[in-house]
Amino acid sequence: MSEISEFDSAVIDASVDHHHARPGALLPILHEIQSSLGYIPAEAVAIIAKALQQTPAEITGVISFYHHFRRSPPGRNLLQICRAEACQARGSRELEQHVQTRLNIGYHQTTQDHEYSLEPVYCLGNCACGPSLRINDEVVGRVTPDQFDQLLDELGTQPLEVC
Amino acid sequence: MSVRVFIPQDTTALALGADRLVMQLQALTQGMDEAPHIVRNGSRGLFWLEPLLEVETTAGRVAYGPVRAQDVESLLAAGMLDGDQTHPLCQGLTEEIPYLKNQQRLTFARAGIADPLSIEDYSNQGGFKGLQKALTLSPQGIVDEVKRSGLRGRGGAAFPTGIKWQTVLDAEGADSNPQKYIVCNADEGDSGTFADRLVMEADPYMLIEGMIIAGLAVGASQGYIYLRSEYPQAQVMLEQAIAKAESAGYLGDAISGSDHCFRLEVRLGAGAYICGEETSLLESLEGKRGLVRAKPPLPALVGLFGQPTVVNNVLSLAAIPYILAEGAQSYADFGMGRSRGTLAFQLAGNIERGGLVELAFGATLKQLLQDYGNGSASGRPIHAVQVGGPLGAYLPESQWHTPLDYEAFAEIGAVLGHGGIVVFDDSVDMAQQARFAMEFCVAESCGKCTPCRIGSTRGVEVIDRLIQGHNPEADLELLEDLCDTMEDGSLCAMGGMTPNPVRSAVNLFPEHFSALAETVSTAEKASSGGNDHA
Repeated sequence: MSEISEFDSAVIDASVDHHHARPGALLPILHEIQSSLGYIPAEAVAIIAKALQQTPAEITGVISFYHHFRRSPPGRNLLQICRAEACQARGSRELEQHVQTRLNIGYHQTTQDHEYSLEPVYCLGNCACGPSLRINDEVVGRVTPDQFDQLLDELGTQPLEVC
Repeated sequence: MSVRVFIPQDTTALALGADRLVMQLQALTQGMDEAPHIVRNGSRGLFWLEPLLEVETTAGRVAYGPVRAQDVESLLAAGMLDGDQTHPLCQGLTEEIPYLKNQQRLTFARAGIADPLSIEDYSNQGGFKGLQKALTLSPQGIVDEVKRSGLRGRGGAAFPTGIKWQTVLDAEGADSNPQKYIVCNADEGDSGTFADRLVMEADPYMLIEGMIIAGLAVGASQGYIYLRSEYPQAQVMLEQAIAKAESAGYLGDAISGSDHCFRLEVRLGAGAYICGEETSLLESLEGKRGLVRAKPPLPALVGLFGQPTVVNNVLSLAAIPYILAEGAQSYADFGMGRSRGTLAFQLAGNIERGGLVELAFGATLKQLLQDYGNGSASGRPIHAVQVGGPLGAYLPESQWHTPLDYEAFAEIGAVLGHGGIVVFDDSVDMAQQARFAMEFCVAESCGKCTPCRIGSTRGVEVIDRLIQGHNPEADLELLEDLCDTMEDGSLCAMGGMTPNPVRSAVNLFPEHFSALAETVSTAEKASSGGNDHA
């Protein structure tokens, strides 16, 4: 995928048009592009830079600074495991081991079938009922390894078999 | 009229199946003569009981929890819709649950009672009374009231809110009538905290009202809520609440029919913990990398886009409507010493009854852990408690009698911060927790200053060596030195306070570092506040 589609390009233009006149427009633009496309395509950088009268390096610097922004497409489902202390106290270290083994990927990786991307997150604000994870926009609490397997089944996909 | 049933829609209730519960209740009551009317309220903050279902009766609201979808059938059979109190899940009248009844709820008085988005409910429960009062006062009059209340910033630094407002009120800037801003710091990134989220999801108009009053007080016409992207549900609630407040005339050109103008916008963060630091937050709002700014100049004078800016935590702003409505003295009557009012403690981690506990300052950690928390969730002994987020110290049992008050905590080298209390049982490995504190700083440092950016990386390495134990005395000395450098040389609290959890783990839990257990001298133990925990 060396070139972005017409659809992607239209999304980028629309996001820039929508927000560029607002004070501090860059984060709103990046959020809108990412929520439509799942990531910020490299081609967006020059377009945003021109609209905001900034350099491409400045735009790239902002994208790379924030953990939330992705520069490559995520899997069909984005899984975030809370790594913060309150969830550690309820077994998140074991949960993250289980998830990584089960999906056969580490943090910041995507399964080969492009079904799951795995990211760490430092706190989902569900600290009284951990360990917590977020699947796309849904937070799930008190997740045991068994429950995680069940969640995967509910997502209706074939998990990777791990030897 | 059909009976009203309340099922919360806050993140925790949803994370434990509240939506499935609603669907099940609807399915099983469909076609009934008097199908219940389901209200999606906010949470009461009794998270150990979520999803907490409440049924309105003439005697009051009857609580059932925690209710799973599969429990609905038996609850209906037992007569839940008539307020039956015999089912094992019944908790009695909600208002009589000791966990709730024994709290001193000022900021969270309305949490979980009504539909958070109903302006009518908000007004009927005393909402906008503070704003009406503020509209009768001069800007200086409002600031004086906030000063008299003794309110200190609830984000963690505990700076007096009234003094910050005074600085912004008095700020002239380049011209005589500068654009000023109210910025709400809703980047609640500390592990173990969820009080801001609860305000935004259960009582969003209170925050909006507090921000409007702040605008009136300092002469600001624009507000921003900088919300972390990890809180999608809070975003939904805030955006709807702002839209409704605009159409009801509370936001916009003529707030409540006055000639004052105030506009409010939610801006999303992007997963950077450092953006909870106020100057980093301002950079981020301006569309830049969240690099910390050197102070001075203070944000109160040179803040957002270089203009005078109030930056306050959600809980600070949320306390304002009460202070204006009930009077500064009424708020100041709670608390101890220089810590006035209430603090929202958040019981989290390995605790049986986790949730939000709003109390006047002065209770002890032990009371919270036992009377409210009821011990650990795992049933094992509680071993360590981290108070005040990832930059707060780990406290052993010998320190749990310390009163929960800013000054008392400072005296033992700990912080209250935002009131988060994370509980660990005796299976915790404190060496790993110390390592994690440095690792977290590596991941979240903005990178502007060297002690934080490089110090944290070296910190992980030296703790790893300490755990391996080849040369513990030298490594311990190096770690101490590194902690000093980070503490004294970092630009902000990220690098400056990361040594807190590290030092407390090493000094107060030496038995977790096998190589250290034999070498830590008694003198070191004494200087670090004592350790009668072994």
